[in-house]
Amino acid sequence: MACRLCEVACLVEHSRSRDLMKAYKREKPRAVARIRVEELGPLSFAMSCRHCEEPSCVRACLTGALSKDPETGIVSIDAEKCMGCWTCILFCPHGSIVPDVERGVAAKCDFCPHLETPACIAICPNRALLLAEEKTHA
Amino acid sequence: MPKYVIIGNSAGAIGAAEAIREVDPQGSLTIVSEEPHPAYSRPLISEFLCAERTLEKMLFRPQSFYQKHRVEARLGQKALRLDLERRQVEMEGGDKLSWEKLLLATGGTPIVPPTPGTDKKGVFTFTTLADAEALKAFLPGVRRAVVIGGGLIGMSVTEALRKCEVQVTVVELLDRVLGAIMDEPGSRMMEKRLREHDVNLCTGLTVKEVLGQPKKQDQVGSVTLSDDRNLPCDALVIAIGVRPRTQLATGTAIKVNRGIVVDARMATSVSGVYACGDVAEAYDYIQGEARLTPIWPNAHVGGLVAGRNMAGKETAYPGGTNANSLKYFGLPVASAGLVNPPEGNGYQSLTAYTEDSYKKVVLKGNRIVGLVLLGDIQKSGLLFGVMREGLDVSSFKEHLLSDSFGLSHLPEAVRRSRLEGKPVLTVGAR
Ligand SMILES: Cc1cc2nc3c(=O)[nH]c(=O)nc-3n(C[C@H](O)[C@H](O)[C@H](O)COP(=O)(O)OP(=O)(O)OC[C@H]3O[C@@H](n4cnc5c(N)ncnc54)[C@H](O)[C@@H]3O)c2cc1C
Repeated sequence: MACRLCEVACLVEHSRSRDLMKAYKREKPRAVARIRVEELGPLSFAMSCRHCEEPSCVRACLTGALSKDPETGIVSIDAEKCMGCWTCILFCPHGSIVPDVERGVAAKCDFCPHLETPACIAICPNRALLLAEEKTHA
Repeated sequence: MPKYVIIGNSAGAIGAAEAIREVDPQGSLTIVSEEPHPAYSRPLISEFLCAERTLEKMLFRPQSFYQKHRVEARLGQKALRLDLERRQVEMEGGDKLSWEKLLLATGGTPIVPPTPGTDKKGVFTFTTLADAEALKAFLPGVRRAVVIGGGLIGMSVTEALRKCEVQVTVVELLDRVLGAIMDEPGSRMMEKRLREHDVNLCTGLTVKEVLGQPKKQDQVGSVTLSDDRNLPCDALVIAIGVRPRTQLATGTAIKVNRGIVVDARMATSVSGVYACGDVAEAYDYIQGEARLTPIWPNAHVGGLVAGRNMAGKETAYPGGTNANSLKYFGLPVASAGLVNPPEGNGYQSLTAYTEDSYKKVVLKGNRIVGLVLLGDIQKSGLLFGVMREGLDVSSFKEHLLSDSFGLSHLPEAVRRSRLEGKPVLTVGAR
């Protein structure tokens, strides 16, 4: 239904304060959301990293900052190693990696390591969709 | 138990070693590299030069990589010759390494033009960490530098030198910078950015001669350009690109064209011998033929394909084309495929400008064959995905360059496969 609550929850969860008001109004640099809602006519859906089986971004990464955990299957970025060249953004066919321009590093879904349920899934009023997605990830 | 030998220890070699271990945890695996360091990210040598990074933060894989993958790493050792009959590599110092499967991931060597005076002190190339170390050690006495080459490597060293507050002049033979990966408007935007960072540009020119200092003839003091202008400088960096380092294969039964010729399995013309990366000519799906595409991602994917095949798991290289994403002087630049299509011939270019961004998509018929994006590169992945997959864009062509372009514009079947995370022309896709 394109309420975009998932975008908000994602941004807040990846902010320093994890507080809605502070995250949007005060924090500099502001955190970035790693999920986006697309809307076109009757169609709407949320898109974030697919944690691909054969991840193009990991293969393309110039520094080794991106990796796929062999056990959990989670594709993650080591911000210390990222040089902000955006090569992963060019190679991700889903458009699921976002440039965190102010920090100079790429950002993507990390399944909210501090939460039991990722923030986007927890907040979604239309549960079925996002939970089903979670299943295909795991 | 198979014996794998890999010559090289960079993007291609590491991809291969990881792939071999995916398939064969046991076989003995040796990596040989002339460079003494564990595998590091070559593009990061510029951040090393301007002291933003230490080697530790440049490592392509964790310190434990070699041990964890049971790799015997012969670092700082050079392979001299291949004996294809005995299947042995002859090492400098006399050692011989036997192989059952051999991978040549030897990369490229910097091109140094036959300009008089390039043997002087203060003249550098810029492709290895050792090059960056040497230049860095020399920097304290350097106020002015000339960089020959306005391509990717030239931009990278120029940015680092500017961060060290060195005055830089870039000398480029073509009439614009980044000519190999940019179209004209893209190059102009980059040039504007360079000037804003006080980089002096000399395009359409080359260095004719490197002159010494009045009192120290063996140390660089100036260069003479092809228009006879003389530019004083304390250091000269030659950054005009690399040529495939084919020496080990040349003169053997291994077929070499401009690079080592490989098939879709990354196998050379000699059984048991594979090649990948900057040294290899592999299939380019945009040009429709095998050619050099010397970029990191293609080296790594080529290595992965080679490694799986070496270990016995049949895998096809999906093809690779030139594709770069850079952010020198803070200007994001992405390019892929054919960015300067020949006039006519059924090519069509769609472009969109804003004050600080430029986008172009090159179409042949209804397929994307080239991309240029500067400023705003957020959509580069979606577009490159459509290009790699060879999708017919006729139903959504007018949306390609719009800010709202998304998966929602793609045909339903494609969108579904994207939502499911199905691979797009990556290993295993074909
Ligand atoms: C400054 C700079 C910036 C770059 N920026 C980018 C970028 O932004 N994006 C991008 O995609 N690419 C970039 N590249 C290109 C990228 O680094 C190469 O495409 C990539 O490194 C190729 O990997 P490779 O494994 O084929 O070989 P290489 O990285 O060239 O490594 C080959 C290794 O083999 C060793 N070797 C060769 N012969 C022998 C021998 N006989 N015995 C022992 N060892 C041997 C060499 O010493 C070397 O260590 C950049 C390159 C440079 C120099």
